[in-house]
Amino acid sequence: MMGRTIFIDPGRCIGCQACVSACRECDSHRGKSMIHLDYTDEGQSVASLPTVCMHCEDPVAPCAEVCPADAILVTADGVVQQADTTRCIGCANCVNACPFGVPKIDLQAKLQLKCNLCYDRTAYGLAPMCATVCPTGALFYGTAEELQAERPGVQVADSFVFGESEVRTGVAMVVPADRVQWPVPGGLPVVEINGKDVRR
Amino acid sequence: MTADSRTPEPHAVVPIDPSLAPPGTRAFRDAGGIPADRWHADQNGETLVPTHCCFCGVQCGMYLRVDRGGKVFGVEPRNHDINRMRLCPKGVNAYQQVNHPDRLTAPLMRRSRDEPLREVSWDEALDFTVAEIRRIQQAYGNDAFGLLGGASLFSEKTYLVGKFARVALKTRHVDYNGRLCMVSAAGANKLAFNIDRAGNPFSDILLTDCLLIAGSNVGECFPVMTQYVWGARDRGATLIVIDPRETAVARTADIHVALKPGTDSAFFNSVLNVVVEEGLTDEAYLAAHATGWEEVRAKAAEYPPSRAAEICGIPAEQIVQVARAFGRAPKAMAWHARGIEHHSQGVENCLTVINLCTATGNIGKPGAGYGTITGQGNGQGGREHGQKSDLLPGGRSINNEEHRRQICEIWGIEESELPPAGTSMMEMVWQMQRREIRGLIGICNNPFVSLPNYRVVKEGYDATEFHAQFDFFLSETAANAHVVFPVTSWAEDDGVMANAEARVVKHNKAQEPPPGVRTDTWVMCELARRLGAGDKFAFTSSREVFDELRIASAGTVNDYYGITYERLEETGGIAWPCPSTDHPGTPRLFEDGKTYHPDGKIHLQVVEWHPPMDPYDDEHPMTLTTGRTVAHFLSGNQTRRLGALVEQTPRPWAEVHPSHGFRNGEPVRVVTRRGSEVFPALVTEAIRPDTVFIPYHWPVPTAANALTIDALDPRSKIPEYKVCACRIEHAERIDEVPAPPVAPGHVAYPETQVSRTDPLPPTSPQGRGTSERS
Repeated sequence: MMGRTIFIDPGRCIGCQACVSACRECDSHRGKSMIHLDYTDEGQSVASLPTVCMHCEDPVAPCAEVCPADAILVTADGVVQQADTTRCIGCANCVNACPFGVPKIDLQAKLQLKCNLCYDRTAYGLAPMCATVCPTGALFYGTAEELQAERPGVQVADSFVFGESEVRTGVAMVVPADRVQWPVPGGLPVVEINGKDVRR
Repeated sequence: MTADSRTPEPHAVVPIDPSLAPPGTRAFRDAGGIPADRWHADQNGETLVPTHCCFCGVQCGMYLRVDRGGKVFGVEPRNHDINRMRLCPKGVNAYQQVNHPDRLTAPLMRRSRDEPLREVSWDEALDFTVAEIRRIQQAYGNDAFGLLGGASLFSEKTYLVGKFARVALKTRHVDYNGRLCMVSAAGANKLAFNIDRAGNPFSDILLTDCLLIAGSNVGECFPVMTQYVWGARDRGATLIVIDPRETAVARTADIHVALKPGTDSAFFNSVLNVVVEEGLTDEAYLAAHATGWEEVRAKAAEYPPSRAAEICGIPAEQIVQVARAFGRAPKAMAWHARGIEHHSQGVENCLTVINLCTATGNIGKPGAGYGTITGQGNGQGGREHGQKSDLLPGGRSINNEEHRRQICEIWGIEESELPPAGTSMMEMVWQMQRREIRGLIGICNNPFVSLPNYRVVKEGYDATEFHAQFDFFLSETAANAHVVFPVTSWAEDDGVMANAEARVVKHNKAQEPPPGVRTDTWVMCELARRLGAGDKFAFTSSREVFDELRIASAGTVNDYYGITYERLEETGGIAWPCPSTDHPGTPRLFEDGKTYHPDGKIHLQVVEWHPPMDPYDDEHPMTLTTGRTVAHFLSGNQTRRLGALVEQTPRPWAEVHPSHGFRNGEPVRVVTRRGSEVFPALVTEAIRPDTVFIPYHWPVPTAANALTIDALDPRSKIPEYKVCACRIEHAERIDEVPAPPVAPGHVAYPETQVSRTDPLPPTSPQGRGTSERS
């Protein structure tokens, strides 16, 4: 099973775009957000869904596979990096290849930009900026076990079928749990307030 | 490097219980909430100043990133107890206003409204202001000059506003924009419990079995609180949402009651009716802890579900469902906000919620109780220390002789010198219209956008002979003033705020103010000195004001005496009452079963539903209701200048049901008895067919508040923003979104800017106009 990664939980998303703003604060692409925030059922519902790079594992990163300039590096820990600016030719092959519609092209700079899982943060053990600030936990960074400890019963999905092709990803979607009563501390860790344990 | 050496003196590092960190943040845990070693903090030579967000009543902890030159340039999440590193888009972008090029850096002045504002020296602006105060007060009496404060100010400054009005200006006319916020809840809580605050901390939400949210779009107005709501849902709590719109939280609720705006008290009376009928009341609790139950029960009997369903426009079964879910839950909680408070019976609406909680015995226990969700950052603290027209510091009543005597002793004035109670914010505007108030100082508020019935507000302000405004951006209201004082932003001064849990938190100064900018404290003290009251205002820092505030609140219900700056830095926040420096604070009220009434009981109040003040007729058959959007804060004076937030929600819209035949983005004219405006239609099934929604953060000609009615709740004097009669029509063109009063400055990320007159309609029911696409 996957290691520390992002889990996307659409059932918790409130569409606030804190992740979009936070992504702009990331030092590796400051000022540009690499997150897509989609409203999936406009006119009927307020449902929304954030998409970050899914960091495809199998087949390994279609964007990297089709890159004619060999600019997209996949690191040993499975992170698909944004294109190396010294190699990228801005051809947009990666944009066309990505089944999730993730990479963007900066037309002026003729360079590709995409989520690199906040490598400047995650390499030091920090959560990516988007998952850190997400006010609802719709973007969660950690292991599947940590996720399930916090949200008992949820399952995760990391393979997606596009026609005859199946793509397995390093970032996973959360499948809601059946409705069951879970004891405290399901959900967030229970907090002590001014030294008083509120669980009693 | 240790955590201590990373944080600049004098700010102590807040010790954080590592077990509170959400998973995925191990490095933060290991470093006590400070980014791990060898990270960019070192590389950039920056420091991280622990503070809190300037915006809403959650008061999320955050670090401001400060560069080598001492300038704020970024934000870093902070693992504070309240928010556990979470931030909403306003919080993420808040730092951008600190060094925004639109900042006012010199006093502006003009002698008449025909002239343009010009930059002047501080001496000239202060001299002119003092001369005008003297001229108006000598000609028309002390009460001809008014003062309007703000609930975004630190508590120290709100204390000074109240003292400045009564001691330096000697006027009875002082009030604040929290009057537009949660005073209905305050009034109800005072009547029932004799204490004006939420009963439970946010973390109690995680412990409840049934969470009822009434009139609060938590996902947009209080996004960080959503984590507690989802936490409760994770462990199986039933979620009930009362809201005419299907908001993000309502979408996932077990029961979403989309009632007609303005019918909340009928609904809650009816829920209580079913609770009684089904024997779900806690009679033992009521007998021991409440008065007035017999009368309340008799009134509830007049609201069977069949009657309430007709008034509220909902199925009667929903009322039964809500009553059973709430009444049968072992622990149930109710949180409410402006949706039930912004009404001409706002206090009564809140009282019906208290009646329900009390009748089911859900008061003062972990996971059981009530909460009010404040809007402004210091909406709670802003009224506790004398900024409200009828209150003295410590929440004392200005009509109580004993309370007056106590405060006069602390302030060193004769009781005869202390003016009586004044009028509320909207009433002061009416007095300005009638020329009973001829001069006004406004401190960090923007009534041109935030008050209802814009035409009346404009007339009132235009009728004043002198108007001065404190602000750090030139708001729509400041643009009308004779004098504008450029004051500090929240990152440039120390101070405390009280959040929606009544938890007092400390904001720390992160950078020096820009040259030419002074603190609000300095300006008020200097004005007082020039008015001859300098000895009562010899404050040089927030700490000195806070120490006087602590003494002034000692022994009252709102007791801050035991709260010190040092303790706030050590604990990350203390809930009042806190009477001594070894007292842990009071996060949860009534744990001993006693309220703050002399008899220790909950005083239940009978509530009769009555229709809203603006009657429906054939011309105006629909309901207009207003609210917020997640990207903007209140009048938008701050957030409408930040590129990322403008891009997210560039303009207001009118949310209408598909049954009216509009297509998405078509111009829709909304007509009320106050006027009409044209917005792009946002056609969605997430709203009642008889209701139209417009967010209110924009000035005319796209101001929701040009349409709303200035009817007030008779007790709390809160305006009835949430319901007025209207009709909708097809229109030719959409009103343009006005530019800010000064040209939009360069924001941190120019590539994210969009045109402020962007004709595109919003594309989603939440009104977030532009989702990110490549």
